[in-house]
Amino acid sequence: MAVPSVAIQQRPSMLSRLAESRNTLGLGFMLPAAALLLVFLTYPLGLGIWLGFTDTRIGRPGIFIGIENYQYLWSDGVFWLSVFNTLLYTISASILKFVLGLWLALILNEKLPFKSFFRAIVLLPWVVPTVLSAIAFWWIYDSQFSILSWALQQMGLIDHRINFLGDPTNARASVIAANVWRGIPFVAITLLAGLQTIPQSLYEAATLDGASRWQLFRHVTLPLLTPIIAITMTFSVLFTFTDFQLIYVLTRGGPVNATHLMATLSFQRGISGGQLGEGAAIAVAMIPFLLAAILFSYFGLQRRRWQQGGGD
Amino acid sequence: MAAIKEVERMDTDEGGMGYLQSLPRRVVTVYLPLLVFMIVLLFPFYWMTITAVKPNVEMTDYVNYNPFWVVHPTLEHIRYLLLETSYPGWLLNTVIISTAATFLSLAAAVLAAYAIERLRFSGARQVGLGIFLAYLVPPSILFIPLSVMVFNLGLYDTPFALILTYPTFLIPFCTWLLMGYFRSIPFELEECALIDGATRWQILTKIVLPLSVPGLISAGIFAFTLSWNEFIYALTFIQSSEKKTVPVGVLTELVRSDVYEWGALMAGALIGSLPVVVLYSFFVEHYVSSMTGAVKE
Repeated sequence: MAVPSVAIQQRPSMLSRLAESRNTLGLGFMLPAAALLLVFLTYPLGLGIWLGFTDTRIGRPGIFIGIENYQYLWSDGVFWLSVFNTLLYTISASILKFVLGLWLALILNEKLPFKSFFRAIVLLPWVVPTVLSAIAFWWIYDSQFSILSWALQQMGLIDHRINFLGDPTNARASVIAANVWRGIPFVAITLLAGLQTIPQSLYEAATLDGASRWQLFRHVTLPLLTPIIAITMTFSVLFTFTDFQLIYVLTRGGPVNATHLMATLSFQRGISGGQLGEGAAIAVAMIPFLLAAILFSYFGLQRRRWQQGGGD
Repeated sequence: MAAIKEVERMDTDEGGMGYLQSLPRRVVTVYLPLLVFMIVLLFPFYWMTITAVKPNVEMTDYVNYNPFWVVHPTLEHIRYLLLETSYPGWLLNTVIISTAATFLSLAAAVLAAYAIERLRFSGARQVGLGIFLAYLVPPSILFIPLSVMVFNLGLYDTPFALILTYPTFLIPFCTWLLMGYFRSIPFELEECALIDGATRWQILTKIVLPLSVPGLISAGIFAFTLSWNEFIYALTFIQSSEKKTVPVGVLTELVRSDVYEWGALMAGALIGSLPVVVLYSFFVEHYVSSMTGAVKE
């Protein structure tokens, strides 16, 4: 671009002014990202909603059938079971992740030898591909050679092997445990970052005023940590709600659909079963829940701004 | 005891209040829970490793062999995995796809983040918010329409199906992360360059990018890890055995009917995890700070 000449000229030509204008440049710079996102994210999102109103199958374009898919799902017991499972899975896993993650964050916030080493170790479950760690859990939960069953038997706590993935209740508990194992690091490390921003002087002041350790936590740590808790947990809830990999590896939705989540049901009906329209409808049914979570996050952010004294 | 307390007090000189706690109390409230957490978090990796080198005899015989240990370690499972399955091919596919998707996303994200953060074109804030919302759209609700698109575009069962769809979650993430980095670069530097007659493109390549190398590294590692770990798109868009990625290949090809090759499966999981773990261990500080940074934004 002929910028030096622009500096000399009294009035830059229309073209060079256009080329230097923020909006044209901004548009040009945004182009690659916007094109990729519009084509492969926004358009499929709309296409998914459209597919939910059609009877498309694999290899056959569908026609518009209105809300027939949704009517069918409304009377489908398996779909409602998957909604229930998804909510149970999301709520119990998120609560456990929050409590254990916060606890771990509080421990790591103490003065410890090898602190950065521990912090590095803690993140490992989160870094390793979910499918691959889920395969390890699959072997840990094996009906015959489960190491957990063996260890508990050796300790004399149980007298026969636990059927981890074959029994509905056990299977639900097992997948939740595996999900919590993978989710703790994310919660712990982000909350730890939040904890480190709390000034020590507040604790010292409260201690001088005679606050107990519980009061320190309840009235100093928790209020100051609330904004980051809100954001972290929104992400955590979002990822747990849309989880697919763990269930697909461990149970494929079984036994008797007891661990089917909406995402796995959508895959089973849409891709394995070939009913793309119905699968898309199940996926679309997840959107209201996700929107609720995002709104929650939005208000979490709002509160943070307000605490920092307004503005953005 | 008094000596220990004295040492502890000196240790906590930098502002902590740990000295208010006695050592036994610290053992119960800090060290013991930490030990339990570490054991639980690391056990699956230990179990993966030990199974990968265990001969089949020991693996299924809990009476004569303690399952927590291995008496005659073997490399048989790893040899089988590397020489008799398509595993090396899957590794190569995953490396190629992850690298391509990472570079594509990074290039797009750098431009987008710079435009939103520094060009401040009209509507930049709304676009920034849109990028954030795009990050919240999960692959689980996109894979069905995307599979239709991928099929219609003739990309089905090609690496391009993944290279072009991974940026949908990589670009929002990288853009968000890089926006934070660009924000920390002083405006004055750019203003000086503008006065000296630099174009925006020159400012980006000669001033902003060299200053944000740490940010680029974090974003790159994140993007690479996310693509390496991706599963649902790879499962849906790739059919041929030799074109699969590691997570999909291990799960769908190594598990045959009722015969579970546990040793090979664990070896596959272990070797498939190694690249991201190694990458992560080199850049752990970047990783932690940018992860918390990205959430804090």
